[in-house]
Amino acid sequence: MSDVIVIGAGPAGLAGAIACAEFGLKVTVLDEFFRPGGRLLGQLYEEPSGNWWNGIKEAERLQQKTKDLAIDVRCGVSVFNLEKDELLWNVHTNAGSMKASYVLVATGSAEYPIPVPGWTLPGVMSIGAAQVMTNVHRVQVGKKGIIIGANILAFAILTELQLAGIQVDRIVLPEKSPISQEAGEPEEVLKSLLSAAHLAPSLLLRFGSVFMKNGLLRKIALNFYPKGGMKISGTPLQLRKAAMEIVGKKQVEGVRVVDITPNGATVPGSDKIYEADFVCIAGGLYPLTEITAVAGCPFQFVPELGGHIPVHSEWMETPLQGLFVAGNITGIEGGKIAMAQGTVAGLAIVKRSGKEAGSIDRLLQKSVDYVRDVRQHAPIQFNPGVDEGRQTMKELWVSKYGKEGKVIS
Amino acid sequence: MTRLLDHPILGKLPERKAISFQFDGKNYEAYENETIAAALLANGVRTLRLHEESGKPRGIYCNIGHCMECRVTVNGQPNVRACLTIVQQGMVVESGKQLPNAIKRMEEG
Ligand SMILES: Cc1cc2nc3c(=O)[nH]c(=O)nc-3n(C[C@H](O)[C@H](O)[C@H](O)COP(=O)(O)OP(=O)(O)OC[C@H]3O[C@@H](n4cnc5c(N)ncnc54)[C@H](O)[C@@H]3O)c2cc1C
Ligand code: FES
Repeated sequence: MSDVIVIGAGPAGLAGAIACAEFGLKVTVLDEFFRPGGRLLGQLYEEPSGNWWNGIKEAERLQQKTKDLAIDVRCGVSVFNLEKDELLWNVHTNAGSMKASYVLVATGSAEYPIPVPGWTLPGVMSIGAAQVMTNVHRVQVGKKGIIIGANILAFAILTELQLAGIQVDRIVLPEKSPISQEAGEPEEVLKSLLSAAHLAPSLLLRFGSVFMKNGLLRKIALNFYPKGGMKISGTPLQLRKAAMEIVGKKQVEGVRVVDITPNGATVPGSDKIYEADFVCIAGGLYPLTEITAVAGCPFQFVPELGGHIPVHSEWMETPLQGLFVAGNITGIEGGKIAMAQGTVAGLAIVKRSGKEAGSIDRLLQKSVDYVRDVRQHAPIQFNPGVDEGRQTMKELWVSKYGKEGKVIS
Repeated sequence: MTRLLDHPILGKLPERKAISFQFDGKNYEAYENETIAAALLANGVRTLRLHEESGKPRGIYCNIGHCMECRVTVNGQPNVRACLTIVQQGMVVESGKQLPNAIKRMEEG
């Protein structure tokens, strides 16, 4: 039997497993994908320092470490239930059940779909699907594509598609609706893009990002927004156009697009069909929390972190004894932060197991500080309010369960 | 579609062993360690099933196991996710079909 079962072999889960194994705990990692790495696989961008962040390489580095430490990493295993008996956690999977004293849930995040009419046609995929097909499988997703949704992930992956030589014809917004909400309002989109200045520097330089913080100027800028859009390394970003329908008989043939006002209202009679053989929908990310929900973990709604989040301490401990969380399940952020959080969770498990009485407190504190440090220098940030979100969760924990390190229920 | 043999940062695709598998009775070439979904797309096949009730074509959506849109039958086992499953030499893959009673129900309703 393992001491620790880690659910999810992304950066958070792997880093957590490694921290546990370095202190002699026996660890099993489960993941339903066919290889470890989670959403690191496919990430590829140039950091402001000029270095390339290559997620595949990072995943291979972590995988090598798990081998060196004799961690049992099992791919192709889906976890569907998690429950506790008097002493142990029971993890139920498609390959049978197993038990451990400690469980780290690091299931990451998933993408919101935006149900544009026609979105079930073959050739329509989430933006993340295109990332994996391009950088991991190395198969062309199509000859000419249109991205629906203008957010940070869409820009990051647009650049990756361009790098691989795949033509993206344009980026347009989804039609404003109760589901697309702010993603369908040019003004709101522009506001959120300011936090991604380094991913679309040419665009924001032209607008002057300083002035753009002012709401009135933003409105004026949008009124004069060029009809053809502004280009992000060759691909026009059309903030004043919205996708009404994806058209095609047996697969994608094009997108029917309409002009929109700065607050997202459609301009009648402005419809036009643009040809494409693939469409990527970029709806944004939400934490994948089902497993902690079925385990009975309490939740808190923290919009800055991406939605309903399992309550956890800065040690990544939940109120349920022996249950830990790390990575995007605790809030939507980039790969480096997930990795740093995984280390915290791993060290916290080591502490709770009583394995390393001496130096663990200091190491744990250092790892918590390191997460903040990485966050400050993160090359990609999905939500500008993430610091407040983390603070909200921390305060909630302290008010309910006291400071970290206290023995919990 | 084609494979992205070279890439300015990721480099050249390593040499891989070619294998063959069947999809709806036709033979296709794939490479070792490729998913069914990737191998089929590389062969220009986007449609993986017809919706059980409406009969409308469906392909991959998320490509990482979340949405279940890519369900196919593999060596007789139904509801296998094509985006998570590695294709094997001689594997027999069949697309998900529209259910006959669903058509009837639709006609009646
Ligand atoms: C589509 C997509 C694209 C992204 N692109 C970027 C990017 O370009 N740059 C960036 O910095 N961040 C990106 N992110 C954010 C990304 O979530 C983080 O960078 C980081 O990978 C989070 O790490 P994690 O360990 O928390 O989760 P993940 O890396 O998502 O790993 C979670 C793992 O858990 C597994 N899993 C989930 N549920 C189960 C289950 N029930 N049973 C078994 N296994 C399960 C999954 O298969 C996955 O391998 C992206 C996220 C998504 C969803
Ligand atoms: S494409 Fe979503 S599960 Fe396979």
